[in-house]
Amino acid sequence: MAAISGGRISALTDRLSIGGEVEPVGDFSLEYAPAPESTAPVRLASQYGLFVGGEMVEPAAGRLAPTVNPATGEALAEVSVADAADVDRAVAAARTAWEGGWRDLPGAERAKYLYRVARLLQERAREFAVLETMDGGKPIRESRDLDIPLAAAHFFHYAGWADKLDYAFSGRRAAPLGVAAQVIPWNFPLLMAAWKLAPALACGNTAVLKPAPTTPLTALLLAEVLRDAELPPGVVNIITGDDAAGAALVAHPGVDKVAFTGSTEVGRAIAAEMAGTGKRLTLELGGKAANIVFDDAALDQVTEGIVNGIYFNGGQVCCAGSRLLVQETVADTVVGKLQRRMDTLRVGDPLDKNTDIGAINSQAQLDRITELVASGVAEGAELYTPECVLPERGFFHAPALFTNVSTAHRIAQEEIFGPVLSVLTFRTAEEAVDKANNTPYGLSAGIWTEKGSRILWMADRMQAGVVWANTFNRFDPASPFGGYRESGYGREGGRAGLLPYVELVA
Amino acid sequence: MTDLLAVETPAGSADAVAGVRITPVDAVGLEQRAAALCTRSIKTSSKAAALDLAIRVMDLTTLEGADTPERVEALCTRARHPDAADWSVPSVAAVCVYPELVPVAAEALASSPVAVASVAGGFPAGLAPLEARLAEVAWAVAAGADEVDIVLNRSAFLSGRYQKAYDEIVAAKQACGPAHLKVILETGELGSYDQIRRASMLAMVAGADFIKTSTGKIGTSATPAVALCMAEAIRDMAQQTGQAVGLKLAGGIRTAKQAWHYLVIVGETLGSGWLTPERFRLGASSLLNDVLMQQAKLLDGRYQRREDFSVD
Amino acid sequence: MSDRLAVNKTYKQFIGGAFERSESGRSYPVVGAGDQLLAHAVQGSRKDVRDAVAAARSAQDSWAGRTAYNRGQILYRVAEVMESRRDEFCAEVLRAGDGCTEADASEETAAAIDRWVWYAGWADKFATVLGGANPVAGPYFNLSVPEPTGVVGIVAPDEPPLLPLVSRLAPVIVSGNTAVVLASERCPLAAVTLAETLALSDVPSGVVNILTGRRDELVPPLASHVAVDSLDLTGCDAELAAEAARQAAATITRVVSASAAERQWAVEAAQSPYLIDAFCETKTVWHPKGR
Repeated sequence: MAAISGGRISALTDRLSIGGEVEPVGDFSLEYAPAPESTAPVRLASQYGLFVGGEMVEPAAGRLAPTVNPATGEALAEVSVADAADVDRAVAAARTAWEGGWRDLPGAERAKYLYRVARLLQERAREFAVLETMDGGKPIRESRDLDIPLAAAHFFHYAGWADKLDYAFSGRRAAPLGVAAQVIPWNFPLLMAAWKLAPALACGNTAVLKPAPTTPLTALLLAEVLRDAELPPGVVNIITGDDAAGAALVAHPGVDKVAFTGSTEVGRAIAAEMAGTGKRLTLELGGKAANIVFDDAALDQVTEGIVNGIYFNGGQVCCAGSRLLVQETVADTVVGKLQRRMDTLRVGDPLDKNTDIGAINSQAQLDRITELVASGVAEGAELYTPECVLPERGFFHAPALFTNVSTAHRIAQEEIFGPVLSVLTFRTAEEAVDKANNTPYGLSAGIWTEKGSRILWMADRMQAGVVWANTFNRFDPASPFGGYRESGYGREGGRAGLLPYVELVA
Repeated sequence: MTDLLAVETPAGSADAVAGVRITPVDAVGLEQRAAALCTRSIKTSSKAAALDLAIRVMDLTTLEGADTPERVEALCTRARHPDAADWSVPSVAAVCVYPELVPVAAEALASSPVAVASVAGGFPAGLAPLEARLAEVAWAVAAGADEVDIVLNRSAFLSGRYQKAYDEIVAAKQACGPAHLKVILETGELGSYDQIRRASMLAMVAGADFIKTSTGKIGTSATPAVALCMAEAIRDMAQQTGQAVGLKLAGGIRTAKQAWHYLVIVGETLGSGWLTPERFRLGASSLLNDVLMQQAKLLDGRYQRREDFSVD
Repeated sequence: MSDRLAVNKTYKQFIGGAFERSESGRSYPVVGAGDQLLAHAVQGSRKDVRDAVAAARSAQDSWAGRTAYNRGQILYRVAEVMESRRDEFCAEVLRAGDGCTEADASEETAAAIDRWVWYAGWADKFATVLGGANPVAGPYFNLSVPEPTGVVGIVAPDEPPLLPLVSRLAPVIVSGNTAVVLASERCPLAAVTLAETLALSDVPSGVVNILTGRRDELVPPLASHVAVDSLDLTGCDAELAAEAARQAAATITRVVSASAAERQWAVEAAQSPYLIDAFCETKTVWHPKGR
């Protein structure tokens, strides 16, 4: 598959012909031959241990579990499943490293370690990108152009903070907290590891990181980078495993700080677990972002923004613009443009450089998306998906668009975490605000209008930690990211991203 | 045409030309999309097809004061058979010259599929008296031009005299008679993508068969973002009126890689229906050599020496 | 004049700008130094919590929507009115506390007034200090601003009766949050007197709501209320704080508690712009820069 078939292109031109005047002419069909990224840079081991105290060690109970390439369904390697004893060992290593020197290391020295990590990531960027795509299913275009460069940039940004903490907080000194337990999701595996580790280390903490069960490989490759950077043993420990391992880590009494990115459901459980422990907690949870389009907007860039908002990483993004709120006067125009654009999206082999939508991360996630799409149809919304041939193997879902959606529908309320967009309409700015905020989440929002004062008026009223005006899904290490309400608390990125990892003392 | 560029209230604050909406353009978003399209990876069979198409949509151009009949004749020979050694290489779409050399080109290209295109209408500034410009257009057509490339009156357009700019295109279209009219916007002088989109709409509604980026006579010529901006305008025009207008990109297109970036931009924005000389042109002089060189590389697998390809 | 019978004050709760008894009709005795009965305070109920949160919720948008300058002036006005009633506050503090001297009471009252003045001045400055432009690697304008979380539940410490309450309340409302305060359980009278001061100080109705009563009874409904966005559990003991935090987890409510340093109420460490930040959300807005 992976090529735009002639049939699809003629479908596109058919839709362009209003009144039949625009007939397809010529015989050329724009097809892209397969352009697979080479997997040569990646050297997979058959089995991976846990990274504890600066070494790869075998899990105490010797349990292993396969990690699967979601584009093929085939196992790539076996990784260790940590148990409580392993968590103990990792937390102890982090504690020893903290008390044994890291907390007292001058900021300038911590900075140099982090700069080294940033540079090593840049040097091995292609290897990381290919591995990320193999293990997680995201298009190589994204892992290559976004995940890996941003991960390196994050280390570089926070490296610079390590010796400047005295300038970060007016009238206060920033003291490290101790050992940070960090549990990250599968949608941006290396990037989330960077978001967690870089500020923690910059602030003088040590860490135990637990990657998601389905995407452990780039974190394990990061362990190699950390070793090459000569980071003192135990400053970062990486333990792979299932949800139980994550729960054990979070609950471990030797941990001073917990940072979690994942579902709101798990976030609630962690917050309850933390109650009364005195541990510091930050949560980056789910979202159901509104992308609001006014009729004066730059509609072609709007179309790109909507596509980027919901089909980027197959919609498996907590800040995805999964609810499109479009002003009634341009609703048909926007939906028309969107459907035509969807027809050109290329779903398939994530390693193909021309693939726009790769594999869904796991069978479980695909099942959830499929179930919610079915609920949308059952509840009476109208489904549009482009004709596209999905690969026979692996976990794939075509981009989907629902119209005739009401705010009460499940697809308008629940986080789908897949390439599924719900379109709702509005007439006035007030109505747009009400509908946008009509969710317990509050992670992100999009506003599209050419009118500057309206952007600012809307931005003030969005219950969302990140507001993208005339753009969507932009990320930068200097820019704080995090949610309002049930999307979590604490920020990652920029100066605000230091706060979760320090205690301010007079 | 009294409602030219009137504010169309039913669509909110959107500008419109003769009832056709002019959508605002966000520069950053546009440039990002164009850049993303330029990362499409074109390999093997796709590359061969793209190189072939690049030749078929090429307006082989010479617009120098020093042009001679001999030079134009040589160009026409190359236009018919770009690769003298391999007649399976297709002809280019047209040869583009100044009016005085149209008879030379017309004779050299007689009984060939290659069209004769002429710049006219006071090219490249378009600031000659209107009557003189129209007379030049009519003269070129009478002399054998199948296609006429004129420039938008930027002086009128940029000062907000849209009606004047519009009327002049309508008049030029009449003067063209059966020949196709391409309107050069000279996008490098328009100042913003919003203005490029507005000028595109104005030219299309006024009757242009093609809209074209540049004269090639100023520093800033076609760019991927400009091409995308104009392609999006063409898409809106087709969508709103059912009328298919062609796109000609010109100026600074020298490499095969640039050419296929433009093919991708046009193909993904307008569909394969536009990837034909009837709706898409690349105006260029040195591009052909690079395309032939890339073809040769594709055929025998070796990188080629630039000097081995004709330099006229 | 010594024969004149004093007119005693009825200490009521302050909900939505009105002084009300509990809907439950209950009260409890408040005793001062030497177990002397000072008054019967209202023993608030779960429904009072509900009403207070509703009042705070409905006041929040317009309070946050006021200019920072206006909020700053209103907080400063609180200080002005407190200053004019300074003797009353001193007396209230004095009679509440075991072993509290007149000098202590005077100091605490002065510190409380000064704390309002300090936070009043932050109203139009904290966003400058806590937020700002972020130099992202791309053609974007990117600005972070702290915004109020919404409705904040504050559990005031038992004692001293006045300064800790002011120290926790002022940083909450200066940014545009509204508050539901559970006053000191043992000595709630100063809090009620503060409420009377707030009512005279142009603080809009519902911005501060002060309940009196049993923490064990009132904290759980406050902590579990879906419309409460943040909690300050400084006044809870460890067990109650843990229970409240568990309840708050269901709606990812932010939970804050004063650090040991912040509990040195009289010293500067007890006041900080980062305490304002603790009840704010950082909102970051992106916009492209293009022609």
